[in-house]
Amino acid sequence: MAFKEIELNMGPQHPSTHGVLRLKLRVDNEVVTSVEPVIGYLHRGMEKLWESQTYAQIVPMTDRLDYLAALSNNLGYVLAVEKLMGLEVPKRAQYIRVALVELQRLASHLAWVGFMANDIGAMSVLLYAFEDREAVLDIFEAYCGARLTVHGIRIGGVPFDLDETVAGMIRRVLDETPKKLADIEKLLNDNRIWLHRTRGVGVISAVDAVDLGLTGPALRATGVPWDIRRDLPYSSYEDFEFDVPVRTGGDVYDRYLVRLEEIRQSLRIVRQALDRLPPGPHLAKVPRLLKVPPGEVFHTIEAPKGELGFYIRANGTERPERVKMKSPSFINLQSLERMSKGYLFSDVVGILGSLDIVLGEIDK
Amino acid sequence: MLEELAEAPALKRVADALRERFGDAVLETVYERKELSFRLGARDLPAVLEFLKTGHDFNALNDMIGLDRLAPPGEGRKRFEILYQLYRFSDHRRARVVVEVGLSESVPSIVSLYGSADWAEREIFDMFGIRFEGHPDLRRIYLAEDFSGHPLRKDFPLEG
Repeated sequence: MAFKEIELNMGPQHPSTHGVLRLKLRVDNEVVTSVEPVIGYLHRGMEKLWESQTYAQIVPMTDRLDYLAALSNNLGYVLAVEKLMGLEVPKRAQYIRVALVELQRLASHLAWVGFMANDIGAMSVLLYAFEDREAVLDIFEAYCGARLTVHGIRIGGVPFDLDETVAGMIRRVLDETPKKLADIEKLLNDNRIWLHRTRGVGVISAVDAVDLGLTGPALRATGVPWDIRRDLPYSSYEDFEFDVPVRTGGDVYDRYLVRLEEIRQSLRIVRQALDRLPPGPHLAKVPRLLKVPPGEVFHTIEAPKGELGFYIRANGTERPERVKMKSPSFINLQSLERMSKGYLFSDVVGILGSLDIVLGEIDK
Repeated sequence: MLEELAEAPALKRVADALRERFGDAVLETVYERKELSFRLGARDLPAVLEFLKTGHDFNALNDMIGLDRLAPPGEGRKRFEILYQLYRFSDHRRARVVVEVGLSESVPSIVSLYGSADWAEREIFDMFGIRFEGHPDLRRIYLAEDFSGHPLRKDFPLEG
C-alpha cells in the first residue's frame, strides 16, 4: 500500500513545545521531510517598548525574555550599557555577578534535563532535577526576594551584598548538587530507552552549525569549542579556572552530556567566586537618571542557551534610540529543520527539546 | 578614532585589505569602543561579505540589526540602517558591516552566504518593511500576515 506525504501540525499548544510554538511538519510515512516553526504567539514588542523606557527601567523587562535564566538576561543588557558608558564595575560586584549567573546556568540546565527527559517519557528525572533547581531558586529568593523574574543585577553592580546566610545556602548547593547529578546520570546515562532516543538522533555537522549561527551547548556538541566566557571574557571570567566541555557527535545525546558537564563547571566557578570574593563596594556610584553618551555597542555573553547579545544605539538622552537583542533561542530554533530532516516524526520532540529553547526569548 | 586601530593589528589588516580591494566602495571605517565597522552602499554588500568570509575567515554572522533614524543626520544619508555583526573563531574578532537603505529601496539577501541570515532578514522585513532581494521565502516572522505596518519604524505609534 502506498502512502503519500502528509502535513501535520504540532502545537501551538503541544506540551513538548514548552510554550506557544507551532511546528508545521511534512512527513513521508514516519519520516520528516520538512519542519517549519511558526513563532510570534508571545510577541510583546519588547524592542519597541524599550525605546520608550529609561536605561534602568529596561533591566527588569529583560527578566521576561528567557524566564528560566533571568539573571543572564540582566547581565547581558547591563554589560552593554556599562560598556557604552565606560563604567567601571567594582570587582566584588563582578564576582557576585559571576556567582549568580553560574547558579542561574545550573538552574537552567537542570530544568532542561528534567523537561527533556520528561518529553522523551522518563518522568522521574524531572522530579529530581526540580528538587535541585528549587534550592537554587531559594538562594535567589534569599538574595533579592524573587525567584524567577529576579531583577538581580543593576547598572553599576548588584543591588545587595552577598551576606553569610546566602553564602551558606550557596555552599550547601555546591556540596549537594554533585550527588544529585550522579543520581540523574544513573537514571539516564545507561538507560536503554534514553540512549535509543538520543544517540545518533538530530545530528548536525560543525560546518552546518556555524553556518546556521548555532551557539551554546548545541554548538559545542558539534566539536566547536567556542565559549564566550573563555574566548571574550567579561565580568572577570578571566580570573576563574574552568573547562569548556566539548563533544563531537553533534547529536541529542552529546548536547545532553555537554550540558551536564557544564553544570559541574558552573559549580567550580561559583566555589572560586565565593572563596576569593574581593572586599569593597557591590555597586558603583551611578546617577539616578542615566544619560548615556551617544554611540553604539554590541556586547554578548555566554547565556545558558547560547550567545546572548545586546546592541544598543544611544543618542545622548536618558532613553535608548534602539536596543536589539540577539536571542540565542531564536537563532538555534532556525536549525531545527536541518536537524530533523530524515529522522522519525517522534524524534522531533527530542530534537526540539535538545535545543533548549524558551519562547519568551524567541518572541521578545 | 581610526588611529587607535593600530593597537589591534589583526583588525587593521582587515581594514587595509578591504580598502585595497574595494577602494571607494568602503564609504567609512570606524573603530570605536574596540569595535570595527565599515559603512557601504547596499549594492556592494554581497561582494564585501563574501570577501570577509572567504578571505578573512569571518564565517559566522552573529546578528543582523535594523535601525530607523527617521531624520538621518547629514546630507544624503538614508533613513534605515542594517548592521551585520560578523565573527571569526580563529582569533575571536568581530567586525560590523553597515548599509544604509532608503524608504523604497531593497537590499540584496545574503542567505546563500550565511544560513543564519534567513530568519534575521525576515525579522527586519517584518519590523521595518525592508525587502531583501533574493531571499528564498520573505514573509513576516512574528506578526500575522494580515497585520499592517512595521512596528519598529519610528513613525509607528507606541500605543494603538
